[in-house]
Amino acid sequence: MSCDCSNTPSSQPPQTPPPSARRGFMLKFGIGLMGIGGAIASIPIIGYAITPALKKYKNSWIDLGGIADFPEGETRLGKFTNPNAAPTDGASAEQAVWVRSYKPAQFQVFAVNCAHLGCPVKWFQQSKLFMCPCHGGVYYEDGSHASGPPPRGLFEYKCKIVDGRLLIDAGRLPGLEQSV
Amino acid sequence: MFRTIKNMVGGLLGWTESRSGVITFVQPILTHRVPRDAKWWYVFGSASLMFFSIQVVTGILLATMYVPSAAEAYASLEYIDQQVPFGWMLRALHAWSSNAMILMVLIHMSQVFLHASFKFPRELMWMVGVLLLFCTLALAFTGQIMRWDQDAYWGLGIGAAIVDRVPVLGNQIRNVMLGGPYIGGATLSRFFALHVFVLPGLTIGLIGAHMALILKNGISEMPKPGMVVDPKTYVAEYEERIKKTGVAFMPDAAQRDMVFCGLMLIIVGFLAWYLGPVGPNGIPNPTIIDANPRPDYAFLWIFTAMALMPPQIETAVLLIAPPIVVLFLLGLPLISNRGERAPSRRPGAVVVYVLIATALGTLTWLGVVSAWSPVMDAWTSLPTPVKYLVGRTPLEMQGALVIQHSQCRNCHSLGGEGGLRGPNLDNVGSRKSWDQLVRQVQQGGGNMPAYGKNLSSAETTAVVAFMTTLRNAGAPESTIPGAMERQSSPDQAPKAVASEAGK
Repeated sequence: MSCDCSNTPSSQPPQTPPPSARRGFMLKFGIGLMGIGGAIASIPIIGYAITPALKKYKNSWIDLGGIADFPEGETRLGKFTNPNAAPTDGASAEQAVWVRSYKPAQFQVFAVNCAHLGCPVKWFQQSKLFMCPCHGGVYYEDGSHASGPPPRGLFEYKCKIVDGRLLIDAGRLPGLEQSV
Repeated sequence: MFRTIKNMVGGLLGWTESRSGVITFVQPILTHRVPRDAKWWYVFGSASLMFFSIQVVTGILLATMYVPSAAEAYASLEYIDQQVPFGWMLRALHAWSSNAMILMVLIHMSQVFLHASFKFPRELMWMVGVLLLFCTLALAFTGQIMRWDQDAYWGLGIGAAIVDRVPVLGNQIRNVMLGGPYIGGATLSRFFALHVFVLPGLTIGLIGAHMALILKNGISEMPKPGMVVDPKTYVAEYEERIKKTGVAFMPDAAQRDMVFCGLMLIIVGFLAWYLGPVGPNGIPNPTIIDANPRPDYAFLWIFTAMALMPPQIETAVLLIAPPIVVLFLLGLPLISNRGERAPSRRPGAVVVYVLIATALGTLTWLGVVSAWSPVMDAWTSLPTPVKYLVGRTPLEMQGALVIQHSQCRNCHSLGGEGGLRGPNLDNVGSRKSWDQLVRQVQQGGGNMPAYGKNLSSAETTAVVAFMTTLRNAGAPESTIPGAMERQSSPDQAPKAVASEAGK
C-alpha cells in the first residue's frame, strides 16, 4: 500500500461532519421512502399471488349431450370442457362426470373424484359399484358410501334438462369444503 | 518454455489473488480443522450436497428443453426421452439422483440424531438442516408434478383434497395452490416456478447457512460415553481438542468424502442407465379414468397412512400432525441441548428413532403393495383357476362365473391372484358356513359393500354354492344348505360373524 496515487486530494476536505440531526433525519426519511415504495410494490405482488383465493369462480351450465346418450338404467361417463379453461390447459381442461339415469329423464351426475382424496372412481356396471383405485373407497350406484375411507358419498352436480339436453352446473374441482 | 508458462500461470494467480483475495478467503475454509475421528460416518452430508449439485446441473439442462405448459409438457418430455441425444439418460439421472439425495439427507439426519450432534452449540445447524429436509421433500413433490402425467394430475388432486379439509379457508388455500378452481395450466406453471426458482434458491441459501455454521461451530466429534456436553465449558474444550488432535478438512476428511461421493455417483449413474427415466405415466387427461395414481417413493408412507387411518380421525390428523412434526423436529435441540451424546447413553432417543424409522419403512412397503386398493382389472384379466372348476356342479360353475363377472376378484384373490383388500377366497368354504356366506354377500360388512340389491337371489345362491366348494385339501367339507354348523371348527361358530363384521 505504498503507492503514491496522484488522485489523492492534496487539500483536506472540510473537517466538519454533517450534523448528526441531519444524518438521523436522512436515515428515517430513507426508511420511510423505502416503506412507501415497498407498500406500493407489494400491492401487485401480493394481489397477484393470492388472486385465486379472492376471485369468485363461477360455475356455468354445461351441455353434456342429448338425454338419449344416457339410457335409463345405465351409468355412463360424460365429458365436457371446463368452462374456466385457459388456452394453456391442454388435456387437463377436459373433465369427466358419471351420469346415472335411474328413471326416464331422471339423472344423477357424480364427480369422478372420490370424496376421500379426489382420485378417479370407476363405475362397474355388473356389481353396480364405483371403486376408487387409490385407497379403496367404494360407492353404491346412487353415489352413497359403501365401504372404505371416504367420509361421505360421491359429490353430485346440479343438473337440469333443457330442450332434451342434459346440463350440469360445473367449473370447479369438487372438494369437501365446497362440493361442486 | 515450461518455465514461461509456469510464470504466466503464477502471475495470473497472483493477480487474481491480489484483486479478489479468493485464496485468502477459501484456504481457511478448505483447511479448517475437523476431528480426527470424523470418519465414514461423516460422508453423508457431502453426498447430499453432491446430489443437489447434480440436480442443479441436470435441472438447468432439462429446463432448456422442457416446456412448462399443461398443453405441451407431456409431449416435451417424450421428445426429450426419444429425440434428444442423451435426453432419456439426463431425465433418468435427475430422477435417480433425486431419490439418492433424499436417501442421503435421511441417513445424514439419522446420524446427526443418533450421535446427538444437534446439541450445544450446533442447535441452529440442526434447525437449518430440518428446513433443508423440507426443501428436499418439497423439491421432490414439485418435481413429480413436472412430469405432468396421470400420477402428477391425481397427486395434485390428492393434495387439493387434503388442503380442502382446512376449516373455513380450505377452499381459498386450495385455489391459491392450484392457481384457480381446478387443476390446469396455471397449476403446472406455479409448481414450475416453485420447483426451479423458489425452492432451489431457498435450498442454496440454506446450504450456505448450513456450511457457514459448520465453519463457525466446527464438526462434532464421534460421541463417547461419559463425554458430556456442558454449554459452559464445551466450546473451550472442543477448540482445545481440535487444536491438539484435529486434522485439516482438505485432504484428511475430504478424501473420504470424495471416495464415497464418487462411488455413489457411479451407482446412481448406473441406475439411471439401467432403469431409465421415471415416467411420464399416461396423459394427464382427467377423462381417462383408468388411472391408477401412485406417489413417488418419498411420499408412499403418507399414501398408506391415508388408507389405513380410521376415517373418523383422518381430518384431525391431517391438520394437526404436520405442525406437530415440524415443531418437534425444529425444537428438538431446544428440548435437549446438553448431556450425553453416545447412543448407548440415550436409549430413549434410540428407541424413538427405531420406532420412527420402522414405521416409515413399513408404511412405505405397505404403500408399494397397497393391499387396500382394488385391482381394477382383476375381473377381466385373471382367469379362474381350473382346479376350482373341476368336478363342480352347474350351479357351482355358475357361481364361479358370477364371482368373476361381479368384480369380486378386484378385492378377493383366488389362487394367489386378485385384490388383497378382502380375504382370499381359496379356503373360504371351510371358514364360513352357507348361511354366513349368504349374509356376508347380501349385507356386506367388515369393509365389504352389500351385494343384496346388486345380485339376484339366484346369483347369490350360485356364488355361495361355489364358495362352499373352495377348501384347502383336507379341510372340512362344506356345509350344505340347512345343515348344522360344525361345532369342531371355531371358525364357524356364530361369533366369527361378529368379529368379521366388526373389522
